[in-house]
Amino acid sequence: MDPIRRSSTLRLTGLLCLLFLVFFSRGFASHDVVSEKSSGTTQEDSRSQANSTAHKKTFPVLSFNYEHVRTPFEISLWILLALFMKLGFHIIPTVSHIVPESCLLIFVGLLVGGIIKATGEQPPILDSNLFFLYLLPPIILDAGYFLPMRPFTENIGTILMFAMVGTLWNVFFIGGMMYAVCQIDAAKLAHVDLLSCLLFGSIISAVDPVSVLAVFEEIHINELLHILVFGESLLNDAVTVVLYHLFKEFAHEQAITVTGAVLGVISFFVVSLGGVMVGVIYGIVGAFTSRFTSYSRVIEPLFVFLYSYMAYLSAEIFHLSGIMSLIACGVIMRPYVEANISHKSYTTVKYFLKMWSSVSDTLIFIFLGVSTVAGPHTWNWIFVIFTVIFCLVSRVLGVIGLTAFMNKFRIVKLTKKDQFIIAYGGLRGAIAFSLGFLLNNNEIKNLFLTAIITVIFFTVFVQGMTIRPLVELLAVKKKKESKESINEEIHTQFLDHLLTGIEDICGHYGHHHWKDKLNRFNKTYVKRWLIAGERSTEPQLISFYNKMELKQAMMMVESGSAAKLPTIVSTVSIRNVQAKGSPKPSRAISKSREEEIRRVLRANLQNTRQRLRSYSRYELLNDALEDDISEARFRKQKEMERRMSHYLTVPANRQETPPVRKVFFQQEHKVYTYDDSESPRGRASPSCADDVSELKETPEKPDQSSTPRANRDAELKPKEQDDQGDQLKVSRCLSDPGPNPEDDEDSTFLP
Amino acid sequence: MVSPVCSKQIGVLHKRFKQLSHNEETLRRDHFNEIDDLAFNPIRAQIIEAFFDRRNFHQNGEGKVQEIGFEEFVVVMSHFRPPSAHMTEEQRGKTRREKLRFLFNMHDTDNDGIITLEEYRHVVEELLSRSGTLEKETAKCIADAAMLEVASISVGHMEPDEFYEGITFEHFLKLLERFEIESRMIIRFLNMDTTTLCK
Repeated sequence: MDPIRRSSTLRLTGLLCLLFLVFFSRGFASHDVVSEKSSGTTQEDSRSQANSTAHKKTFPVLSFNYEHVRTPFEISLWILLALFMKLGFHIIPTVSHIVPESCLLIFVGLLVGGIIKATGEQPPILDSNLFFLYLLPPIILDAGYFLPMRPFTENIGTILMFAMVGTLWNVFFIGGMMYAVCQIDAAKLAHVDLLSCLLFGSIISAVDPVSVLAVFEEIHINELLHILVFGESLLNDAVTVVLYHLFKEFAHEQAITVTGAVLGVISFFVVSLGGVMVGVIYGIVGAFTSRFTSYSRVIEPLFVFLYSYMAYLSAEIFHLSGIMSLIACGVIMRPYVEANISHKSYTTVKYFLKMWSSVSDTLIFIFLGVSTVAGPHTWNWIFVIFTVIFCLVSRVLGVIGLTAFMNKFRIVKLTKKDQFIIAYGGLRGAIAFSLGFLLNNNEIKNLFLTAIITVIFFTVFVQGMTIRPLVELLAVKKKKESKESINEEIHTQFLDHLLTGIEDICGHYGHHHWKDKLNRFNKTYVKRWLIAGERSTEPQLISFYNKMELKQAMMMVESGSAAKLPTIVSTVSIRNVQAKGSPKPSRAISKSREEEIRRVLRANLQNTRQRLRSYSRYELLNDALEDDISEARFRKQKEMERRMSHYLTVPANRQETPPVRKVFFQQEHKVYTYDDSESPRGRASPSCADDVSELKETPEKPDQSSTPRANRDAELKPKEQDDQGDQLKVSRCLSDPGPNPEDDEDSTFLP
Repeated sequence: MVSPVCSKQIGVLHKRFKQLSHNEETLRRDHFNEIDDLAFNPIRAQIIEAFFDRRNFHQNGEGKVQEIGFEEFVVVMSHFRPPSAHMTEEQRGKTRREKLRFLFNMHDTDNDGIITLEEYRHVVEELLSRSGTLEKETAKCIADAAMLEVASISVGHMEPDEFYEGITFEHFLKLLERFEIESRMIIRFLNMDTTTLCK
């Protein structure tokens, strides 16, 4: 009852906000009237207030000057509208389950556009400049930066095939067929010549990454299909750019020459490879810059964004493929930047990219809707219907033909189901519209625009809405819930080396061989230049492990008092795994690692106010140098923490069932730094008693530099004394039922 | 059974065998050591051992041999065959087992059917051995974490004083069931051209 009431109230609020915003924007569109009136009133007021000489202008206490802030104000309003819509659709669950978000947004755009038009104003059209320079790059960067490299490189051949050959086929098929259609007398389209049709084909045939992302993200399809369609949508930009400019140029001359065609082919290579190169250059420079950003952490994310954006703009200067440049920059930059920047910066980058791309995406669809209402339309039934039909037909034929060809070379063949999804996922979107909008203004342009909009609507609405039930119907494999597993990572690496070795034994220089060579080159030369400090020599397995530890530690800290279980739900402890009586390895914990652990635990524990079990070894200090400590050690810290968590002390005499938490939290400090880990108390049972005694030691004898302590950094000692006041209370794990006589729950553990 | 190697591929492999063994009848370990490209491989020792491990010869044998003939060479290589286009689920399952068995044998060096913690530690150490940083502690730590994971997945609940002996083959299968090994652990023999055969 409650949630329904809540959702309906929210819906109402959302609707009210929408109307409010719309009227606001309409109101401000006709600002001239308003401001005149209001300035008139102000003057009258001031005059009536003045009581003095009429010719002297009195000081305006309150004035109205909208022109001043008009542009940013309206932009903000539009963005707010987009955000409210996004919120609204997620609050109302029923609709968003059936209809993909992009459809709803276009619909809202139509509505807004209709309202604006109804009031007599001219609704804004999706300006191509705005689109290509501001709205598109965040989405592409987001896609490129987080592109899953392994499936992408494994399927690169297929992706390139679809992107290049598939798009070419689409262009010529659609262009040719539409020309044939135009010859039909009934259509009254005889004025549309071949070149224009080919130009039209080149605009309409490219699969659009924005739409694909918007729709595919919601259906959670398996990785292979996702990367195939998505990769195709990204890489076909080069073909689109070349063909579009080629046909546009030729449209002037009204003829295609052989040299022209040859130049077109050359231009294609220049555009694509040039774009990639520009992206690579910016990526390397960006990675190199990030090596030094430890001196000013807060601006790190900006470097990532700016270098990528510059890569895009630089490519656009030369009419190279901006999208490919952006992707290349993100892909190249990512591994090095991530090794260099702090964890917080990484999170910032991730969230900003997601945020911008989300806003862009929403705005694009809304504007599409508004532009539909706005633009001059030339509706020609035959042209439009045949366009839609031929788009579908050419896509299907293209996919079938190319798959038949590629399956000869693929290990994992593409089944008929896969082919259907790939064909069906060929959505058109805003890029086509913007390209169409850039055409020279003539009557053909309106005809084309109408057709383009219709195709976009058709693909987004019909295909977008039906793809989800079709995926269910055909039982296409969904995305697997990937739980990161250290074993899988170990075996991935093991397999890589094994296959490289077997290839060497066979004498066959296969792609494992070259990949291995590239990795080695990367490790010996590139990483040394682009990654700061000791991270440059860190092997991938260790990075992975640290990352995993980090995630699990964060998760366990964040879950706080919630009973959220960590991924491994078992009572297996490291004790069960290690051989009985095996000597505990003596750990030499470096100073830096200790520091890190302390810092992060303190930060996290203070935030969540957790009452944790003994953290004796983590002397969390109120370190004034917090922000200066290198984040690179943060990861090692996590490793340390995890290591600690492995050594469970599950003493035999404990009555309560070990809670799941214990897998992570309990410490056994026998494996701690100092070998002479005796405390004044006896160590009867390896248990929390030890922890406790250790703990008790420190608050009660703060001045005593006990031998163990002395082994560690002396700097800690004075600080401990200072900060006893701030110490967190140590206590049992949250899931612990009750006081254990062995434990002293009031023993503080030092922050 | 892994699908048999076709005759053209056998021809190519035979040429390679002759090249490696300097036209002798059998291959020995030092022949493998002569392959330069293998020098950079962190797990070369284990790979070479795999060729001389009787368990990989599909004859239910055990132990190691000192030299192998062409037949054994081909049998070991056949573990890396790509799956044929039309395979039933059962065949696919068998192929999976074969390949995972090969991996298991590589890890289980003492031949007792279980990968103990020590053996797994050795695996991780070898993987990290070429990294330059000999962080034995980290390697141990990673191996411990991995074992913990296996135990948690396979066994689930263990009493505090129980001891997890090691990874059996069944546990190994369960561990890597999402790994899609039948499509990853393959070498494409078909594209081998004798002119590109390295030394």
